[in-house]
Amino acid sequence: MTISGVALLAICTLLGGLLGDLLGVALGVKANVGGVGIAMMFLIAARLWLVRHGILSHGLKTGVEFWGSFYIPIVVAMAAQQNVVAAAKGGPIVVIAGIGAVAVCFAMVALIGRFSGRVETMDEIEAREAEALAAPVPHFKSGRIG
Amino acid sequence: MIMMSHILAANALITAFAVVGILMWISGAISKYLTFGRIHASAIAIMLGLALAFWGGISTGGEKGVADLPALAGIGLMGGAMLRDFAIVATAFEVDVVHARKAGAIGAVALGLGTVVPFILGVFVAAAFGYTDAISMTTIGAGAVTYIVGPVTGAAIGASSPVIALSIATGVFKAVIVMIGTPFVAKMIGLNNPRSAMVFGGLMGTVSGVSGGLAATDRRLVPYGALTATFHTGLGCLVAPSILYFAVRAITGG
Repeated sequence: MTISGVALLAICTLLGGLLGDLLGVALGVKANVGGVGIAMMFLIAARLWLVRHGILSHGLKTGVEFWGSFYIPIVVAMAAQQNVVAAAKGGPIVVIAGIGAVAVCFAMVALIGRFSGRVETMDEIEAREAEALAAPVPHFKSGRIG
Repeated sequence: MIMMSHILAANALITAFAVVGILMWISGAISKYLTFGRIHASAIAIMLGLALAFWGGISTGGEKGVADLPALAGIGLMGGAMLRDFAIVATAFEVDVVHARKAGAIGAVALGLGTVVPFILGVFVAAAFGYTDAISMTTIGAGAVTYIVGPVTGAAIGASSPVIALSIATGVFKAVIVMIGTPFVAKMIGLNNPRSAMVFGGLMGTVSGVSGGLAATDRRLVPYGALTATFHTGLGCLVAPSILYFAVRAITGG
């Protein structure tokens, strides 16, 4: 059923939010500490459990994946309601601090990438998985269903 | 005309779906015919969204972009924290645990650097613009981390309202540059695999910037970047008003 996927997603999101708030209280900060991240962990764990027990139905997947695919439109809606006028009026301090922070971080992504050696690109991973699917011999794939 | 706007306002969220959908179609056409696919449709859609927000802010004088127009109030719900978090969590469903585990330690390093490095940079810029008190410098530095860490930190340590506004603007501007700039530098910084996406998410931090930027670069990388980025704001809210503030205060002496 599609609703089981949406409900699973909702329960994970709510549980994560609750734990994030509790963590914030425990640490004495006025913030939700990693609630979304915790919820993502729950969802990943739930998916592994469902796959392992062979009860990951098509409907359940549809329910979760619909919201996942809805993400970009939601980001567009989020951009459309930012206070862009205030950000533009903020003056040079905003521009310099913003550009500086991004430039330094871009450089660090490149540096960490260089120092930690080569890994498979997304295209290579998909090509390998497609090959594995096409191969006639049964192939074990870790926790991922095709 | 009045009936039309009544229907739009009464079905606010449905209107938002239609408006964003039309925006995505227009972006798709611009991407295909004007940039020949060089700039991804999602990046154009986000830029159009920001341009609309600028126009909405000027015409209404409000703070919530187009969501301040009564007929488009649904944009506020669609792009608000509730549905945004719901959709971010859903992207975790596609995360390949094996790859995520590989990037565990390096993701943690990126998270730490992504909090401290922009903070230090923001503090120096604040100092260069004549802010000498530890509270203002810390708040602007926190804004350079993300636009959520900025105001949370400012409120926690008692910064003045203009300084808090400045820190939000810095964070928003950073998110915007990440959204727009990522597709252009993606090749240069090796952003084509799950591990670099996690490093990227940890370093850049702002969930909106990271997911928007990655979506415009390669949709498949979004869950990996979002996974580390979501911890970024929590970590920032934790260390900026505490350890980092104490460090700035110790150096400036007040």
